[in-house]
Amino acid sequence: MGDASTEHSHGHHMDPAVEYSSSKLGMWLFLGTEILLFGGLFAAYAIFRAKYPEMFFEQHVELNKKMGAVNTCILIFSSLTMAMGVSAIQRGKQKVTAILILITILCGLGFGVVKYFEYSAKFHHHIYPDTSIFFSLYFLMTGLHMLHVFIGLTILSVLFVLTLKGKFTAKYSTPVEVGGLYWHLVDLIWIYLFPLLYLIG
Amino acid sequence: MANHTIAHNVYVPFLEKKGILSWILTTDHKRIGIMYLISISFFFLVAGVFALLMRYELLTPASDFVQPHTYNVLFTLHGSIMVFFFIVPGLAASFGNFLIPLMIGAPDVAFPKLNLGSYWIYLLGAAIVLIALAKPADTGWTFYTPYSATTDTDVVLITLGVFVLGFSSILTGLNFIVTIHKMRAPGMTWHRLPLFIWASYATAILQLLATPVVGITLLLLITERTLGVGFFDPAKGGDPVLFQNFFWFYSHPAVYIMIIPAMGVISEIIPVFARKPIFGYKAIAYSSLGIAFISFLVWAHHMFTSGISDIAATIFSFLTFLVAIPTAIKVFNWTATLYKGSIHLHSAMLYALAFIFLFTIGGLTGLFLGALAADIHLHDTYFVVAHMHYVMIGGTVMGFFGALHFWYPKWFGRMFNETVAKIAWLFIFIGFNVTFFPQFFLGVQGMPRRYATYPPQFESLMSLSTYGSWILGFGIFIMTLNLIAGLINGEKAPQNPYGSLSLEWQVPSPPPLENFEEIPHVTDWSYGYGKKK
Ligand code: HEM
Ligand SMILES: [Cu+2]
Repeated sequence: MGDASTEHSHGHHMDPAVEYSSSKLGMWLFLGTEILLFGGLFAAYAIFRAKYPEMFFEQHVELNKKMGAVNTCILIFSSLTMAMGVSAIQRGKQKVTAILILITILCGLGFGVVKYFEYSAKFHHHIYPDTSIFFSLYFLMTGLHMLHVFIGLTILSVLFVLTLKGKFTAKYSTPVEVGGLYWHLVDLIWIYLFPLLYLIG
Repeated sequence: MANHTIAHNVYVPFLEKKGILSWILTTDHKRIGIMYLISISFFFLVAGVFALLMRYELLTPASDFVQPHTYNVLFTLHGSIMVFFFIVPGLAASFGNFLIPLMIGAPDVAFPKLNLGSYWIYLLGAAIVLIALAKPADTGWTFYTPYSATTDTDVVLITLGVFVLGFSSILTGLNFIVTIHKMRAPGMTWHRLPLFIWASYATAILQLLATPVVGITLLLLITERTLGVGFFDPAKGGDPVLFQNFFWFYSHPAVYIMIIPAMGVISEIIPVFARKPIFGYKAIAYSSLGIAFISFLVWAHHMFTSGISDIAATIFSFLTFLVAIPTAIKVFNWTATLYKGSIHLHSAMLYALAFIFLFTIGGLTGLFLGALAADIHLHDTYFVVAHMHYVMIGGTVMGFFGALHFWYPKWFGRMFNETVAKIAWLFIFIGFNVTFFPQFFLGVQGMPRRYATYPPQFESLMSLSTYGSWILGFGIFIMTLNLIAGLINGEKAPQNPYGSLSLEWQVPSPPPLENFEEIPHVTDWSYGYGKKK
């Protein structure tokens, strides 16, 4: 008894099962708040679209559908590699996991490069966030999304390094799973942005 | 309740470690709670000084003490600091942090590091607002467009500060929800949870659902000023009323973020000092959730005069009346708990009783404002100022002071001077009513809010209100001194000075570092007063 309690006083470690389910619940709640954050922009989109249907119709053709489609494919593919990474670490395969996370990171960077060319083309044609309500929405929605891509990339890079260091095992894979959830959200939001901005006329 | 007599550990109070690093790097929820407590109290005092300056200006009809622009800056800073830095984080972050793990029988919150992170984000937000003071905003705490998009004062920084603060609020709420779901001690079922926990849970849900919306709203306002986005600008095809819709979609639920934790505090104090089981436990618990839900459906009652359609106004008026129901349920249950109790008038109990009395006035006058026809006349008058202060000071601040006096012995392990505490209470109670009750009359007579000057016929009520603010300020001053003096030379506090049954009182004062030597096994709710020994 005495020994057990001495150990106790050195700080409490949570039961791993509780820690796992807590982290997951925490991340799901956080994703909910992220969706609400974008929700404000989606609401603005709906309101202004109802108000100015012609503006949305005329201006959405200026967006580069091809680049948008390429980026959609890139992100969907990266979600796949991320999911595979999670299942690899659950089976204890650290090297495979590291490689899959790395591919996911490269996809994210690729997405950023394409977006960079898209934005520069817009600026080149003198299209800015204050050009019209439609382009305000375009730049703010994709811009806020881009910010989330960067945050996601930061998380993935940390996971990559820690995986290489062997921090994660079949028994302890919580951070990879939770980080993966975040990346899926980044993907999911884009899947809504692409048709809303590029496709629907 | 669990009772452990055999001590395994040497008792190390959580306050034992000294040195600045043991504070700023701590992940102990009790210490983080103290850091929040100090921070919010500081902002309360600063914003309170702004309020006294405003009242001093209003002593006479002319703007002879400060210029009208300075007055606008004063009410903007007073309102924004009180709301975003004091009352919204307020009880939830300070007492919520201290009490939640102790009350549910857990060693800490679910994510202790994130908890410290939230505190640092709070400070970061505060720092940004501090920089914004170089050219302080004059928009009012509501930052309404179009004015906020065009004024040449620094709106961007102050809203950025509030935006950052929102993150702190979201992360704290998230932490508490997960803690309450996952960390309850064995036997601590949902229906045995202390009502303060139910209140914290409902508050956390509101923080999660509402804060992101104000976050994006403020971000849009920032892009309006920096990138020339025109969502709120009619010249660019935007709509200024859209800002009001977004803003109040958050800010109405936010008023419940402010008040629900205080309701939780009252539900803890009353049964202890009435020595009776709380009446209507489930009704109180679920009415918190009911309030949280309905509060998302009433935001447009702030916009009855902003040109919304008649149908919308009628519906929102009706929904506003609905929110009074769960609120009244609580008041009835507290009064029923008092009925035939053996009441002990401890200072904490005095604050709780003041809460019931004043909050009821605040709530009922809210119904005046929710009634369409009345609001057309009362909107943006001193009636609103009186209403909101009866709810925020009469409600939340009374709850906050009550909590301070109630848990003080537990938190700091010392006692304060009870007689002085009662005297301070009396000054605060009288001062508050003298300050704000006349404002109801001013409002009905048509005195608009947010003006540095006023017509001479309002002078007697206006100066009465200013005298009241001095009494109130004096009361808060004595209370603060008394509580600080108790820290320095107060008597040592016993473990359970009021014979309370909930878990936090079953550990020494101040609680040990790890809260419980052994995680307790809970066998009953904590309100069985007057039944067993
Ligand atoms: C918990 C404490 C308090 C809170 C949360 C609070 C909150 C607020 C808020 C939200 C406003 C509205 C600001 C605006 O509309 O821009 C306001 C205005 C005001 N408050 Fe307070 N307040 C508190 C304490 C006090 C105290 C103690 C006094 C007086 C001694 C006071 C006097 C005023 C005055 C004079 C105004 C300006 C009214 C006007 O010109 O429209 N407040 N307060
Ligand atoms: Cu409201």
